[in-house]
Amino acid sequence: MENAWIIPLFPLFSFLFLLLFGKKMKETSAYIGIFFTLAAFIYSLVVLFDRFNHPTFKAEANWLSIGDVQLTAGFEVNQLNALMLVIVSLVSFLVHTYSKGYMHGDDRFHIFYAYLGLFTFAMLGLVLSPNLLQTYIFWELVGVGSFLLIGFYFYKEEAKAAAKKAFIMTRIGDVGLLIGMILLFWQVGSFEYDEIFLAVENGAVSAGMITLTAILIFIGAVGKSGQFPLHTWLPDAMEGPTPVSALIHAATMVAAGVYLVAALFPLFTASKTALLTIAVVGAITAIFAASIGLVQTDIKRVLAYSTVSQLGYMMLALGSAGYVAGVFHLMTHAFFKALLFLAAGSVIHAVHTQNIEEMGGLWKKLRLTGPLFLIGTLAISGVPLFSGFFSKDEILIAAWAHGNTALFWLAVVAAFFTAFYMFRLFFMVFTGEARSKMKNVHESPAMMTFPMIVLGILAVVAGYVNTPWFGTFLGDWLVEGNAALGHGHIEGPAWIMIVATIVSLLGIFLAWLMYGKRTLSRDWLSSRAPYTYKLLYNKYYMDELYGVTVVKATKFFSVFLSYIEAFIVEGLVKTVAGIVQGFGKIGSKIQNGQIQTYGTFAFVGLAVLIVIYALTGGYLK
Amino acid sequence: MSSVPVSAYLTLALILFCIGLYGALTKRNTVIVLISVELMLNAVNINLVAFSKYGMIPSITGQVFALFAMAVAAAEAAVGLAILIALYRNRKTVNIDEINSMKN
Repeated sequence: MENAWIIPLFPLFSFLFLLLFGKKMKETSAYIGIFFTLAAFIYSLVVLFDRFNHPTFKAEANWLSIGDVQLTAGFEVNQLNALMLVIVSLVSFLVHTYSKGYMHGDDRFHIFYAYLGLFTFAMLGLVLSPNLLQTYIFWELVGVGSFLLIGFYFYKEEAKAAAKKAFIMTRIGDVGLLIGMILLFWQVGSFEYDEIFLAVENGAVSAGMITLTAILIFIGAVGKSGQFPLHTWLPDAMEGPTPVSALIHAATMVAAGVYLVAALFPLFTASKTALLTIAVVGAITAIFAASIGLVQTDIKRVLAYSTVSQLGYMMLALGSAGYVAGVFHLMTHAFFKALLFLAAGSVIHAVHTQNIEEMGGLWKKLRLTGPLFLIGTLAISGVPLFSGFFSKDEILIAAWAHGNTALFWLAVVAAFFTAFYMFRLFFMVFTGEARSKMKNVHESPAMMTFPMIVLGILAVVAGYVNTPWFGTFLGDWLVEGNAALGHGHIEGPAWIMIVATIVSLLGIFLAWLMYGKRTLSRDWLSSRAPYTYKLLYNKYYMDELYGVTVVKATKFFSVFLSYIEAFIVEGLVKTVAGIVQGFGKIGSKIQNGQIQTYGTFAFVGLAVLIVIYALTGGYLK
Repeated sequence: MSSVPVSAYLTLALILFCIGLYGALTKRNTVIVLISVELMLNAVNINLVAFSKYGMIPSITGQVFALFAMAVAAAEAAVGLAILIALYRNRKTVNIDEINSMKN
């Protein structure tokens, strides 16, 4: 555990190595990436098991001294960090393996692996950070990695735009985080998590300031985790290669926002307002994104909206003081959503389209991908015995126990939506008749199916580390020795579990009626509420709304500024330059080469000097 | 000899200097300009000699200095004329207003 700092260095080394030698290595560079992430994963596992038996380890060294202020850099292995290390390195390792098959034949194969290495390094560094400043540095590095990977197909206009959008939207959130961070530093005098918590506990920071900083930091999380209203970049980010979507936009980067809130949890619990804000934003995001997911036709976009919605769940859990529920769902979600994305990638790899209207009847052709996708779907829908069931249940109980009744019911409806759209997706892709367009559909190579199988197993069993039936090991362990994080398990009425099950089964049943058995016409809902359908299909016109408000306003402002630049600033500069130039011109005209003119001027000058000298009485003195 | 006041010498020097200056600044022919410069130098020499005799502290230094100035002026005239000849060979002119290659 003392050497945990070495974990992020594995992928960093892979990145640097591939940057230098990748061009010659071509597709063998995959093995470099796979090897180093495997090493990181194994070491993370070692650290995790070490953490089970030992207390939190923290090492720091002075980094910068500015006056009296000491900035430190170091790393910390607490429960949350150790868990995140394993999740990130595992998913990263699996995605590295998967990409070997998926990216086969791409010209910039080695660059893809280099970027993956950079991103993994940043993410692992982020989860090891013991202070806000270091977190912020890695936070931005993660953003860069994401930007590079979303824009990997930069010759596609959409990919370019999506990369820019993702970067700018998350930057908006980052500004909040930065301001919150600076305010905290101003109040506490330290970036250290421990010292911040201590100051908050001792009442060294006023209540209003706690609320303000907590909400500002939460804005950073909103940007990164694609929460309403900064969620629009996440679905667009699906322009990146599918393994990237699995790694970044399902399991790790978008979870960074949730991680940040979890890491700073004692700060948030100190302010009721901040908690409520998180819970409300989370619940709204959950239902909002789920309702959009109902009608989308792009397989990756449906998954993207479901990611946004699930992240909303996590925020709702954290906002309801359900620390364990949020982190638990973060873990299970990482596994089943990565599985879903990889399976979707496998489908896209086989049929070369992302439009689910053009798919169908793939169950028989993709004998491995189909069942694995089904496992992921069952897990995310919250069907009993799968991992998503337990974690979603924890969240619902947390929301109920915290007294957020309205938000609880919103979450239940969102769960219904989730089950419905996920099974709509499943039935449309895997059942029904095969389209004639799809020929030569074949199962993906073993390099791609292996990671899916691993994730498939985890999507089933990961829930059993924290169940009300067999024991809440994860929860008890997570909050051990830290009373500020709440209880390992929140007791809730048993009917919540039953309601959640019924709701998800209802969703599945409805999806089956409409898309599986087709007793109900597919458009019986959309034809009854055409406007709602249109609204949902166009994602509540959020992009358009931003287009006419924020973007227009910004553009207007920038045009205004460019006029200021052109006329005032430029004008000033031009005037000064003009005056100097004029003087120069006059000066050069005087240099006419006529020696006699020079002589005249010299004489006149001398005469004037003498006159002045005489008039001031100089020579009489 | 003392009937000639010092102001007369100075006036003569002033007039000579002004003629020289006028010639140096207005004549087109470079030879005339050089001659005018000699005039100005000689006006100065008159001043030097006048002050050496009638100055506040009469001294022989002024006359010695005048002789120096004459010697230097002779050398200067020689060099000036040499340059002028070299110039004439190159540009076929001795008009000072046409010698303006340093223009602008």
